[in-house]
Order: sequence, then structure tokens, then C-alpha cells
Amino acid sequence: MNIYVLVKRTFDTEEKLVVSGGQIQEDGAEFIINPYDEYAIEEAITVRDAHGGEVTVVTIGDEEAEKQLRTALAMGADKAVLINTEDDVEELDQFTSAYILAEYLKDKEADLILAGNVAIDGGSGQVGPRVADLLGINYVTTITSLEIDGDTVKIIRDIEGDAEELETSLPLLVTAQQGLNEPRYPSLPGIMKAKKKPLEELELDDLDIDEEDVEAKTQTLEVYLPPKKQAGRILEGEIPSQVSELVSLLRSEAKVI
Amino acid sequence: MSKKVLVLGETREGALRNVSFEAIAAAKKVSGGGEVVAVLLGETVSEFGSELVAYGADRVITVEHPHLKSYTSDGYSQAFMAVVDQEQPQAIVFGHTAVGKDLSPKIASKLQTGLISDVTDIEGEGADAVFIRPIYSGKAFEKVKLKDDGVVFITVRPNNIAPLEREERSGDVSSLSVDITNLRTIIKNVVRKSAEGVDLSEAKVIIAGGRGVKSKEGFDSLNELANLLGGAVGASRGACDADYCDYSLQIGQTGKVVTPDLYIAAGISGAIQHMAGMSNSKVIVAINKDPEANIFKVADYGIVGDLFDVIPLLTEEFKKVM
Ligand SMILES: Cc1cc2nc3c(=O)[nH]c(=O)nc-3n(C[C@H](O)[C@H](O)[C@H](O)COP(=O)(O)OP(=O)(O)OC[C@H]3O[C@@H](n4cnc5c(N)ncnc54)[C@H](O)[C@@H]3O)c2cc1C
Repeated sequence: MNIYVLVKRTFDTEEKLVVSGGQIQEDGAEFIINPYDEYAIEEAITVRDAHGGEVTVVTIGDEEAEKQLRTALAMGADKAVLINTEDDVEELDQFTSAYILAEYLKDKEADLILAGNVAIDGGSGQVGPRVADLLGINYVTTITSLEIDGDTVKIIRDIEGDAEELETSLPLLVTAQQGLNEPRYPSLPGIMKAKKKPLEELELDDLDIDEEDVEAKTQTLEVYLPPKKQAGRILEGEIPSQVSELVSLLRSEAKVI
Repeated sequence: MSKKVLVLGETREGALRNVSFEAIAAAKKVSGGGEVVAVLLGETVSEFGSELVAYGADRVITVEHPHLKSYTSDGYSQAFMAVVDQEQPQAIVFGHTAVGKDLSPKIASKLQTGLISDVTDIEGEGADAVFIRPIYSGKAFEKVKLKDDGVVFITVRPNNIAPLEREERSGDVSSLSVDITNLRTIIKNVVRKSAEGVDLSEAKVIIAGGRGVKSKEGFDSLNELANLLGGAVGASRGACDADYCDYSLQIGQTGKVVTPDLYIAAGISGAIQHMAGMSNSKVIVAINKDPEANIFKVADYGIVGDLFDVIPLLTEEFKKVM
């Protein structure tokens, strides 16, 4: 089976975030594989191990993203592709990313494409379905279970907490929800092997893409931190008196009850 | 310049969702005085048309078809694109719901336009509208607008944009017949896990429990308090993973994103993935044994103590005053 995984290098949102000059400061920040993409990578490896074939992880980014691709290779992916847009694209949005990924994928005859259902930085959740639409293949989002039998695919997906059971067929794009699996940690031999696995670097030219074709459709005017909340009030005294104070605060000060 | 705006109305368990009324209010702003046309897709949905008008839609178009009984991206996109072809809108608003999230990128792709998703606020109107959305798990916000003069397409986070007052208004409800074919997904079954009653994403009061609740039975006292306040019970991933409650109660990045007036977090440590789903709540109360717990950082009021003491006392106290 010919399997592709779309991955994104993201800022680790568990870390402290600094905004200056209307932009997130990335210097010295911790970067990770988007956690929902890790579920996608794990699932891709499991599907390959069960059905044979090859897993290729693809990312758009700059050279820094090689680190995350190597991690995916160390987990067990076979090949990696970095589409380096550093010199060509100033502002990427979901339209841009999907267009580039679809141009790369269009002649690959992928049977299965996996992605995370959302990236924890931008949080838009658009790229997977957009890529599927551009490729003209079906997609299923926020999946928690995947079973492939020949061309038939049985899926359970999370819809606001309910579990939807459905059937579809390959070729297909799916986006991973937490609960799909537990991503493995790269093993030491895995890390050694990953160093020798192929990592191809492409630029827009290699994909015959004009910069104009991928100009972002949206524009971020400003990035800012939420207004600092007044420090919360930690109540004091005996628990019963704290509780009655809380109730009166909620009624008279916060006015929410 | 005013815009004609299409709004997708959504129903759930036989009723319109609040987020649809909120989407109409958002559409009014985006329209800058232009026409707001609500769209209803389903097997039989025309009965809901007049309610959308009461909440501010100027007109309603329904597409009814047996293939639209359950949501599929193929079925819904065919139906919605038929309405787009007929109406030629300059803007589109969906709710940021399971359906909205799944369908909007496909429609945006077909229209080759930008999509600004999970919008929590709108500044300005019509052509000047700028959209505000949380990023980085809710730790920051961005202001975004469309760059070119394509279709402005947004999805709005439930419970953030106030709906218009319900009023007697008049507006036409018409139907469009669409041939819906070649569905590549067949829905076999939906296992309903969500609790009856108040929809978490629309609840005004949420009592949420975490791993600190320690058992299924531990949630009983949370349920009692929620019932008393007319709210809903939510949970952290920790509580769901420990099987104290169902995953449908999960709040956070993976679960539901909520913005109630009052969020009471009991026995929840306040991991960033949890906060991504609740930090926009208007008033947050944290109850935790550990004074260092992260949740106190976003709390308006905090009680450092054992939730098994605090929650029952809180219920008693509310009973006295309500
Ligand atoms: C990709 C990804 C997505 C995730 N998505 C989500 C998500 O959507 N939602 C989510 O919630 N989590 C999510 N998580 C998990 C998250 O990181 C935390 O593990 C989880 O939120 C912890 O749950 P908790 O606070 O209940 O448990 P803990 O962190 O174990 O905290 C329990 C708290 O209870 C307190 N406590 C214990 N006993 C008592 C008592 N008797 N009285 C008062 N306080 C008490 C403790 O002091 C502690 O602070 C995600 C993680 C990942 C990696």
C-alpha cells in the first residue's frame, strides 16, 4: 500500500509563549511534531505493517523541519519529503499549504493519506480536507479507529463525543483524532536507521508551482496575547465560609448566577 | 459595500442549534447591510425555516433529500454548492461544529477562497470586517482578514457571538431541488454517547471534573450541582481515560470547546490541552487540593481544598439562595 502522512512542525504550546512586535517569538522555543500528526504517523506504520507497502512523511517548511521528519523516520516511516518554501513563499495559509501538498501528491497514486485533524499552532483543521478535495478523493476527519480490508475501509470517527461508524473505500484521506492509537517513541535502533533513510528536499520549482499560484488568501494583521486577566482571587478561611463567600461573589460580583 | 451572506443552519436531535442563530448574527455583521440567506440541508428540514427568520435571516433556502439524512461531506457539499451556484454569495458563515469543521474546507477549496475558522469575535462590518480567532491552544489570538476580493468564509465558535433577539419577522422559505449522487461514505451507525439534556458546547454553566474526582460515583455530586444550576457536567481527559465518565464529556483541544458564563473545574490540574477548551469562559472557578495547580492561573476564584468537601457544601449553599 502506498501511504503518505502530512506532518507539521509546530511550536510546543506547553511552552511559554512570547509575543513581540505582533508576532510569536520563535527563537529558542521548543518545536515538536504536531501531536495529532503523531497519531497519523503511528497509524500509517501500523497499516503498512499489516498490509505491506511504504510510508512517506511529507512536510512543508524550512530546513529546521528536517528534525521532525527524522523523528518520523525513527518511529518507522520509510521515506521523508521536505518541501522547502523558505525562499519562495512569505506567507503561508491553509490554501497555500493544501495547494502545494496536492501538487506534490497528484501523481503519487496514494492509496491512503493521513494527517492530524488539527495543528495545535494555527488550529484551523483545514489542510487535510482541502488536499483531498484538490486530489478528488474522499476524506474522513477526526477518526478514532481504522480498519482496512481490501478496498473497503471501516472507520469510527468522533463527532462531538458521539461515535460514528462508517464505511468507505480507498483511495482515501483521513485525519487523526486523539484515541486512534498510542504513538510509539523512536527506539535507539530506529534513530540509527533513520539517519540512513531517504529524505528528499524539493522546492516549488521542482513541483512546477508558480509563486503566484500559492499566494495566501488570508492575511494575519496582528497576533496578541489575551488581555491579562486580573489575578484570580484565592479565597481564604475555613472551607464552609469560603464556599459561602464564593456563592455570594458569583451572585453579586461576577453576576453569573 | 454590502455582501450577500449564506449561513448554514444546523439541527441536532430535532431542533435548531443555538450556534446557527449566532452564525446569523455574525452574518449580519459581515453583510454590512446586505442580505442574509440561511441554508438548511437534511431529509425534512423546512419546518425549521421560520425560526431562522425569527432570528434574523432575511430568507431561507432548504434542500431536502433522503441522502442528506446523515451528514456526509459528499452529500452536503453537493447540496450547498448548488445553493452557492444559485445565489452567488459574497460571504459564507458556518458554525465551528463537527459538521462545520468537516464541510467548510471542502467548500472553501471548491471556491478557491480563504477560510477563517473558529472565529470568536468580529471587528468592523461589511468590507472592513476583521476576524479574531484563538491560536496556539488558546494562548494567543490573531486578527485575520481575507486578502483578495474572494468569498469571505468563516466558521464561528459556539457561544461567543451573541444571537439577535428572537422577533416576529417575515422572510421567504423556499426549497431547491438538488440531485445528490455518488456518496463515497456510507454511515452505518451513530453511537450516541452524549448525555441527554444541555448540550455542553451551548451550556451557560459547566461543572467539570478531573482525575481528582477519583471514580464514577465521584461525578454524582457534580451532576447534582449541575442540575441545580441548570448546567451540564464536563470532564478532563484524565477523568475520561480513567473511565470515570464518557469521552463525550471531554473538554479541551481534543474534546469540546466551551465558553460558558460559569466554569467550575474540580480536581482538574489545568493542562494546556484542557485550557484550550475552556479558557475563554467568562468566569472560572477552580477547586483543587494543590495550591500550585496550573488551573488557578486562569481562575477568577479559587478554593484550595478537597472537592469532596467543597462541592456538596457549594450545592447546599446554592440551594439556600436560589
Ligand atoms: C494531543 C493531546 C491532546 C489532549 N487533549 C486533551 C483534551 O482535550 N482535554 C483534556 O482535558 N486533556 C487533554 N489532554 C491531556 C492533558 O495533557 C492532561 O493529561 C489532562 O487534562 C489531565 O487531566 P486532569 O487534570 O483531570 O488530571 P491530573 O493532571 O492528574 O490532575 C488531577 C488534579 O486533581 C487534583 N486533585 C486530586 N484529588 C483532589 C481532591 N480530592 N480535591 C481537589 N483536587 C484534587 C490534583 O491536585 C490535580 O491537580 C491531551 C493531551 C495530548 C497529548
